Amino acid sequence: MEALTRRPLPFLGSAWPWRCAAYLMASVVPGAVIGLVAAVAQVLPEPLVYVAGPGVLVLSLFPLARFERLRLRLVDGVPLPEVPDRRRREAGLAVMTLLAMWWIDLIMVAFTVAGPALLILTPVVQPEVAPTVGVMASVAGVLLLPVAAYTVTAWGGARGAMARAILAPQGSELSEVLRSRARLVDAFEMERRRIERDLHDGAQQRLVALSMTLGMARLDLPEDSEAGRLLGLAHGEAKQALAELRELIRGVHSPILTDRGLAAAVRDVAGRSPVPVSVDVEVGRLPAPVEVTAYYVISEALANLAKHSRATEGVVIGRIQRGILVVEVRDDGVGGADPAKGTGLTGLADRLAVVEGRLSLSSPIGGPTLLRVEIPCA
Amino acid sequence: MRVVIAEDAVLLREGLAGLLERFGHTVVASVGDAPGLLAAVAEHWPEAVVTDVRMPPGFTDEGLRAALQLRGRHPELAVLVLSQYVEQTYAAELLDSGDGAGVGYLLKDRIGDVREFVDALDRVAAGGTVVDPEVVRQLLRRRRDPLDRLTPREQEVLGLIAEGRTNASIAKELFVTEAAVAKHIANIFAKLDLPPAADGHRRVLAVLAYLRQG
Repeated sequence: MEALTRRPLPFLGSAWPWRCAAYLMASVVPGAVIGLVAAVAQVLPEPLVYVAGPGVLVLSLFPLARFERLRLRLVDGVPLPEVPDRRRREAGLAVMTLLAMWWIDLIMVAFTVAGPALLILTPVVQPEVAPTVGVMASVAGVLLLPVAAYTVTAWGGARGAMARAILAPQGSELSEVLRSRARLVDAFEMERRRIERDLHDGAQQRLVALSMTLGMARLDLPEDSEAGRLLGLAHGEAKQALAELRELIRGVHSPILTDRGLAAAVRDVAGRSPVPVSVDVEVGRLPAPVEVTAYYVISEALANLAKHSRATEGVVIGRIQRGILVVEVRDDGVGGADPAKGTGLTGLADRLAVVEGRLSLSSPIGGPTLLRVEIPCA
Repeated sequence: MRVVIAEDAVLLREGLAGLLERFGHTVVASVGDAPGLLAAVAEHWPEAVVTDVRMPPGFTDEGLRAALQLRGRHPELAVLVLSQYVEQTYAAELLDSGDGAGVGYLLKDRIGDVREFVDALDRVAAGGTVVDPEVVRQLLRRRRDPLDRLTPREQEVLGLIAEGRTNASIAKELFVTEAAVAKHIANIFAKLDLPPAADGHRRVLAVLAYLRQG
């Protein structure tokens, strides 16, 4: 179809008008099937017709669908994606072609091509008209040929788009992209879990052991000695390192989320918020990608609440409604949260897109802010 | 005191055993997983158990589940649970097991403060309740309205009560006299409409119950 928007000369010189014409002419094949059925119906006796006619039609559906796929390549170079209900869609296209499309295609070609052709051939087929009129008709026919090229290409393109829409619904490529993004997110999540585990089993345990050893050593040294003072400093540093490491690990992956699910993990995040946040989340265990996504979105929302909203309190409510996890985060702050300003909210929407979730935000200047998240749990 | 230790990291397990023995306790068994803990308790009848939360085989919360199971079976057994991170749900489950007496929930970091750690274990073994300051901080943050009526010093004292500290220990921490602590506590209980309670684990439980309502 884009070919139509080219400038006339390159368009007319291109293969597209020819390809579209060939595409449409190929409708003689389904036409022949119908013809065959009609011929068979003429020959067979009464009762058999009612069985054989529809039988031939049904048997021809899938070969025809294959044929439709093949000829679609003439006008549409993009490969068709795999869809789950492929056979049903192919049958639908074949039925539509048999009943209507084939004769519309052929009539389109006949009118647009045969008209100019007859005009051009006027002097030959209608020798009785005056030669000047005949020549003028021929010229008019030649002039009409480009118009025919446009018409044929337009109908061919529209017809191809229709076939594609039936065989592969819009969005099926998108869902493949989403699936591959979901796999990627899963892989990231696995990796984060592994890092958390490694830190827990390694550095964290060693630091606890170090802090314990330093604590024991302090028992044996007088606090006011130089060595005792240095030991105290070292002990303080070790404890500080442990606290920092714990915060770091929490950012990488929430072990509570894995152990106890979303409600417990949200209570944990809310408990660490500098702004008091009440939590009313009543959901059981959910599929891991849903829990992880909801957890990150809520964490980010609460971080924003603490940083920007100047709220005095917040509320997180979570419920399952008809198979959809619905989470609302509200605050009584100043509002004015704008997805266009920060990357935070956009990042949330991106994360949600992977699990086909939705994010809506209401944050008028002056507040309050309400963030609503919906994630299908199926 | 006879103690069983459950901790899967060998370094820490040995360290803990050494530490407790140094303070005169007897470590009757050190094990590395939850089934081992249950078996060791059945075999040795210790007075106290110190257990890690995350242990083999699943590396999630096996230690905590074992601790809850033990509390159900032996209400008189003191259980101190150590965790690498603070989780209110874990604390709540422990406090709800039995009558909340004789349990403790501490961050592993606290082992480093050797004296306080052993002191906490002693309090748990004596039927007390010990809750990590980090958990208490989260609980205090949850309820703002009635707590706003407390002075900052009273809030501090409330936190220390919730951790399971005695009047003497609170007085030492805040560099004030025990009489001053008692006065703060009386004020707090009056402001929060709590029945006055003596120094002891009932007071700790009353405060924790109050904080957890929110």
